[in-house]
Amino acid sequence: MVDPSWYLTLAALLFVIGMAGVMTRRNALIMFMSIELMLNAVNLTFVAGGIGYANPEGQLAVFFVLVVAAAEVVVGLAIVVSVFRRRRSVNVDDLSELKG
Amino acid sequence: MTDYVWLIIALPLLGAVVLHLVGSRLKEPLAGYIASVMSIGAFGVAVAAAIPVFKGDIGEAEIIHLWDWMPSLGASFTIQWDPLSIAMALLVTGVGSLIHVYSIGYMHGDERFSRYFTYLNFFAASMLILVLAGNFAMVFLGWELVGLSSYLLIGFWFTHDLPPAAAKKAFVLNRVGDFGFLIALMLIFKHFGTFDFGVVLNNPAAQIAGGTATAIGLLLLLGATGKSAQMPLFVWLPDAMAGPTPASALIHAATMVTAGVYMVARTAPIFDLSTTALTTVALVGVVTAFIAATIAVVQNDIKKVLAYSTISQLGYMFIGVGSAAYSAGIFHLVTHAFFKALLFLGAGSVIHSMGGEQDMRKMGGLFKKMKVTGWTMAVATLAIAGIPPLAGFWSKDEILAAAFARGGVYQAIWALGLVTALLTAFYMTRWFFMVFLGEPNWDEGIEPHESPQSMSVPLVILAVLAAVGGLMNTPFFTGFSNFLHPVFAAVHEQHAPDGTLEYLLLAISIVVAVAGVAAGWLFYRGSAEARAHLLERYALRMNFFENGWNINSGYERFVVKPLGTLAEGAAEFDNKVIDSAVNGVASVVGWTGAKLQLVQTGFVRSYGVGILSGTIGLVVWILMSRGR
Amino acid sequence: MQELLFAMGAAGAVAGALTLILSRHPVYSALGMLGTLFSLGMLYVTLLAHFVAGVQIVVYAGAIMTMFLFVIMYVGIDETLDTKESLRFQRIGALAVIGGSVGVGLLLATSKLFDWTPGVTVEAPLPSAELLGEAGTVESIGRVLFGTQRVPGNLDSFEPSGWLLPFEVTSILLIVAAVGAVALAMGRPKRRGSDNG
Repeated sequence: MVDPSWYLTLAALLFVIGMAGVMTRRNALIMFMSIELMLNAVNLTFVAGGIGYANPEGQLAVFFVLVVAAAEVVVGLAIVVSVFRRRRSVNVDDLSELKG
Repeated sequence: MTDYVWLIIALPLLGAVVLHLVGSRLKEPLAGYIASVMSIGAFGVAVAAAIPVFKGDIGEAEIIHLWDWMPSLGASFTIQWDPLSIAMALLVTGVGSLIHVYSIGYMHGDERFSRYFTYLNFFAASMLILVLAGNFAMVFLGWELVGLSSYLLIGFWFTHDLPPAAAKKAFVLNRVGDFGFLIALMLIFKHFGTFDFGVVLNNPAAQIAGGTATAIGLLLLLGATGKSAQMPLFVWLPDAMAGPTPASALIHAATMVTAGVYMVARTAPIFDLSTTALTTVALVGVVTAFIAATIAVVQNDIKKVLAYSTISQLGYMFIGVGSAAYSAGIFHLVTHAFFKALLFLGAGSVIHSMGGEQDMRKMGGLFKKMKVTGWTMAVATLAIAGIPPLAGFWSKDEILAAAFARGGVYQAIWALGLVTALLTAFYMTRWFFMVFLGEPNWDEGIEPHESPQSMSVPLVILAVLAAVGGLMNTPFFTGFSNFLHPVFAAVHEQHAPDGTLEYLLLAISIVVAVAGVAAGWLFYRGSAEARAHLLERYALRMNFFENGWNINSGYERFVVKPLGTLAEGAAEFDNKVIDSAVNGVASVVGWTGAKLQLVQTGFVRSYGVGILSGTIGLVVWILMSRGR
Repeated sequence: MQELLFAMGAAGAVAGALTLILSRHPVYSALGMLGTLFSLGMLYVTLLAHFVAGVQIVVYAGAIMTMFLFVIMYVGIDETLDTKESLRFQRIGALAVIGGSVGVGLLLATSKLFDWTPGVTVEAPLPSAELLGEAGTVESIGRVLFGTQRVPGNLDSFEPSGWLLPFEVTSILLIVAAVGAVALAMGRPKRRGSDNG
């Protein structure tokens, strides 16, 4: 396998792309998927780091991250669906009533 | 029996508390009865507890310790039961009880009837704390409390303009005196380490030198001038006449104003060490006596004459104690209480029957309408003028004789005191003539009548006392001085001379008194027109006296106005500077809040930017701190 | 060979990610996401983390992306990306954050500003591939989760682990999430004279 540092770099790159997506896009679903992308980058970091330190607990962490991500997606999509039902829009900029 | 002396203070205090709590719900005379019963009860206890001392069973003073207050300062609630405090206590409770009974009739119909009696009882308790105290701290406590009671009673009819202002004036001037008193107390504590009388007054020469004694004495004198209305702090007493007349009788004639004299007598061992202080006391006394007498000559208000007369007679008492004739001073205190209270109550009787009129020019010829009052007032006038064998003669003469015997500057004091005695006889005769004799001059609709029994009986009792009370201390029978002797045994007390000199001085006093009365009779026996004619001839000088030697206006210009300006300046400063600083803080907070509000855009994505940038910063910080 | 696999996986992941954030159609974004997930799975295999790779495909690509696609279909697939940014400082803020993070990353990688305790040094090289591969199997992960685990570097030791409780808690978490989703999506009880929407 390749030197784990490369994997870490790739993970960092994916993370940054995910951040850009979160900050730039207005569609709630795409923002959500960008967050999932960031989580995946973290997973990759864990696994690569685990290998790099010869510690199987890295993969264990991925396990938990995966479970939590799944739960989060479930609830988050339910919220998006409820909001869509109310307002017929998935544009997060429309949800700005907490202004001020 | 002396174990129960604390009842003397406790009974009036209990009365005050009870009346304070439930007084407003009591029907009218009941509050007066309660207060009078408490006062009479205190008098009874005082008499009973004094009997052992009268019989001579107790030589030294008896100290009754009640409970600890500030033990480290030597200040506890202790009662010192010796002849001096017995005399004062009997006076306060005795004359006080008569005034309580009198007030039931006088205050009839007043809407705050029970509150008046609350204050009266409270005053009695405070004054008793003062005179029965066994240490300086307790004296000061009583001192302040009587000041408070005086304030409450002067300003009793607070819905009018004058009483509250007069009450404030009294309190403020008292305060100026108390400043001196406090510093004296501090000096005492510094040198003696305690406030207890037993320690401080027992051979103070061992602890302090003459200079310190002078300082303490002068500062105590300052306190006394405030409380006893001497120069230069006497201006509150005439204004205090805005209070109810029985209150004036009790507080501003018989008891509170005598606290200063009592205090000088009590601290005689300290004054004994400083002739400077004693002389100052006597000088203050004689100057005050003279000035007040001149002002009294031209007053037209029935109570103001008596007020200035009180100031003048207090000056005599100060001459007495200032000549180291302590017993004489206290003796005059007692006799003065008799006839001055009598005079005030009589004036109250007149005012009551004249429907509130106080201007003497609108009176006259009341003798026919108010026999009892008239006769008792006649006795009182002769007593204060110093006609023997009535009370005032003996006490005044003893003071003047002692002053003469002391020699030096005291003989000038004696001379001025004689002149003042002449003036006293004159203006009191004038007072009596203008009110009771001559042609009636009152307004339409006023029907003078004799007062109810609750008012006239105390008058009679006091008249008897004024008539014969002086006989307890004549040159032929020094009963009172002997009674007080144990108190002043350790100091160098000045006595009146014996033998021919004494009789000569006696004769001079009698001549002066008679001359004064005669002059008054000459000037005022005639009709109002004759009076006016005579007054015109002396009008120029009268104005100066009428304005109280311009002392009041002097205070107004040099003290009150500058202080007022200073106060206004401070208020302006507070408004402009401090308030704007506080408001400035508030507006800064508001401005900051408005700026911070811009962070709350309401958009998730901008929040996302914020969160992510914070996270980056946090990561950097963690890495950097762990790295090192 | 390894490098080639890595390059392919990396390229796929990045391409998928860029498609995700730059596409105008949400379905294309979802497909990009899928690509990324598959590429990552492949990368996990190259890292000898077989269990994780499998779970990734089954759970992430299989279940989560499916849910995403469901919802995308539900809300409508004709959304377009508006190039006009509505928030004033958003672009600038985004650029600042990205630039900052890239800068930090470069600093981390190249400079000596941050101290590292490297696991891989010349003195302590990685264990052999078989051992590492063995660490990535289901059995090994099971051991770590439920019972004993090997101490890193010492392949003969066994130590009890503390991962059992979090494991059970995650199962509760999943139940809670499911119940919550149902409650959220069910909407309000029907009322007479219902309001908008």
